[in-house]
Amino acid sequence: MATAPRSARRPPGAGVKLSFNDPVVRAIFWQIVIVGAVGLVVWWLVGNTVRNLEARRIASGFDYFWREAGLPIGEAMIEYQPSDNYFRALVVGVLNTLRIAVVSIVLATILGTLIGVARLSRNWLVAKLASVYVETLRNLPLLLQLLFWYSVLQSLPPPREALNPLPHVYLFVRGLQMPWPQWTPELGTVLAVMGIGIVASFLVRGWAKRRQMLTGEQFPIGWTAVGLVVALPLAVFVMQGANLPLDVPTLGRFNITGGILITPEFTALLIGLVTYTAAFIAEIVRSGIQAVSHGQTEAAAALGLKRGQALRLVILPQALRVIIPPMTSQYLNVTKNSSLAVAIGYPDIVSIANTILNQTGQAIEGIGTIMAVYLTVSLSISAFMNWYNRRIALRER
Amino acid sequence: MKKSLIIASGLALTMSAAAMVAEAQQVGQRPVQLAQAPAAPPAGASPTFDAVRQRGFVQCGTNTGLAGFARPNAQGVWEGLDVDVCRAVAAAMFGDATKVRYTPLTAQQRFTALQSGEVDVLSRNTTWSFQRDVQLGLDFVAVNFYDGQGFMVPRRLNVRSARELNGATVCVQPGTTTELNLADYFRANRMQFTPVVIERLEEVTQAYLAGRCDVYTTDVSGLAATRSSQVPNPNDHVILPEVISKEPLGPAVRHGDQRWADVVRWSFYAMLEAEELGLTSQNIDQNMNSTNPAIQRFVGATGDFGRMLGIDNRWSYNIIKQVGNYGESYQRNVAPLGIERSVNRLWRDGGLMYAPPLR
Repeated sequence: MATAPRSARRPPGAGVKLSFNDPVVRAIFWQIVIVGAVGLVVWWLVGNTVRNLEARRIASGFDYFWREAGLPIGEAMIEYQPSDNYFRALVVGVLNTLRIAVVSIVLATILGTLIGVARLSRNWLVAKLASVYVETLRNLPLLLQLLFWYSVLQSLPPPREALNPLPHVYLFVRGLQMPWPQWTPELGTVLAVMGIGIVASFLVRGWAKRRQMLTGEQFPIGWTAVGLVVALPLAVFVMQGANLPLDVPTLGRFNITGGILITPEFTALLIGLVTYTAAFIAEIVRSGIQAVSHGQTEAAAALGLKRGQALRLVILPQALRVIIPPMTSQYLNVTKNSSLAVAIGYPDIVSIANTILNQTGQAIEGIGTIMAVYLTVSLSISAFMNWYNRRIALRER
Repeated sequence: MKKSLIIASGLALTMSAAAMVAEAQQVGQRPVQLAQAPAAPPAGASPTFDAVRQRGFVQCGTNTGLAGFARPNAQGVWEGLDVDVCRAVAAAMFGDATKVRYTPLTAQQRFTALQSGEVDVLSRNTTWSFQRDVQLGLDFVAVNFYDGQGFMVPRRLNVRSARELNGATVCVQPGTTTELNLADYFRANRMQFTPVVIERLEEVTQAYLAGRCDVYTTDVSGLAATRSSQVPNPNDHVILPEVISKEPLGPAVRHGDQRWADVVRWSFYAMLEAEELGLTSQNIDQNMNSTNPAIQRFVGATGDFGRMLGIDNRWSYNIIKQVGNYGESYQRNVAPLGIERSVNRLWRDGGLMYAPPLR
């Protein structure tokens, strides 16, 4: 790569001589040495590991993926029974990790942005409260916070004395249990219409943008979207008879059953991750906004843009360029920090893979699986954020 | 291209950690000389034995804190039935039962810790099962406690039998045979349950006490230990009569290191043998000149069992003098929890504890 300009420095006419003084030769030599050394180390490590596994008769390979797992898992997004195989158990873990990561990222971004803006508020109290939040939350270890939230949630009352803030909504030591709509064909239609509405809104937005470019005329895109995504499905729902059977929780011998249950493990992890990460995101957002010089605001005002328009069209696009790269690493951190779930019993991939590793004794495969999962998730987030970063980057014309 | 290189080298580095530990513990590379005289054991045939001898203490993997089995007392000194196995090994190796260092391990960490050589012996109320013996690269050397899995529920739930637990939420620790038996039991009886799986004993107990679960399940000894030591009012909790599995608990060592396995196995059997011979930490000194040939062999006055193991010939005397026999260890550690000796009595008293003859 960097060798091309150097080779150009070679005096013309001189024959190619293999000399150690030649930077090209030197570069190639050292690259061969380093690659060789790395290769040797890897070869030795692999050989040694295999030899020792054999000597101790520790099983190896991934055949165990298809054996019956036998282990119970508390919450699963797909159907799972202990009689399913290890592979399915791992998939349950991966989905649980993705679930907590996605929800945390969305909520942390919203909360973090609010707090970041609050820190810049002209209201002294609001700004100071935001500062105290940021300084407290980001300076306490996350594990401590998770255990704190989990013990707070464990002080809720037992099933028989569950709090009942709304009809059929129960808040108790085993989580928050709420009614949930039962699946009906009508519900399917409504959701399908909503999906079509979302797609249509984007198409309308594209058309409105083009028209504004050509004619300068504006189109009320916001209201159109509300109509397409909310009002239209609602109309379909009413036309079908407004029939929505709910699965309502009822108190059984041990538990409240029915409806949907959000477990305290998930909630504690979610609160912990969101509040912790929001503190970092707040600082990123604040720095992003402060990086845009005040002259930009004044210039926008001089052009006659309203405050909201100035923020949306002038300040934010420039602030985002500063915000996105550090934001990417916060998103990666949330994903990786979700592995602290082990401490409070949320069945994420690390917890499940560790258990499997323990039952099968195949530590290298188990750790390898965890690494592969996190690497895939992290690289995907990274790739998406890089794509987004390029999209909003300053286009030099 | 660059990225994949980075990934590859990352993988290599991580594997190196595992492999290096393995290298440090290489097993069975040198040939064992079979033709040697019995009194002089083959030198250097046992990497763990040599490593322990050179290091001057036994690295012992124990529970993170289970009353009666392994728990530090108010002075920070580890105590318990499992701890006594490690102390016996130290007494045999060094003539000093205090030459042990403890590594508290969770259920999930324990096997990796032993496989990788972090501990020399795993004495952590661990069930001897087929898969662990055959597939995990471990050797269980003896059983120091015969146990079985049970259920504990709060008394106010009014449950009398495990068959009534359909629909219950159950607290359990991951990476245990308990976890698997639990799923099997409910499946066999066509019952539903919701598991809450928490790794650390303290936290799983806390979750049970907070009412996160209706039921806590582990070995009956563990239930009794938790009930007597961690529950504010032990009478508020009942252990259900059903025992749903066999749980023979015992110390384990790495597979393939026979000489070290022999030292651990016979250190434990010496404690059983002493109980059978009526030798205790109190009376062993008076019995040094006993005319009973079995006792003479035991205290090292005749024979050379210690030298055959490659250790001091007074090894078993040291164990009993400093740690006591199995019955003493049981009385000191487990009896205060209110657990009957029952199947853990000596064979001649109707129990299962039976040491092969020391001769």
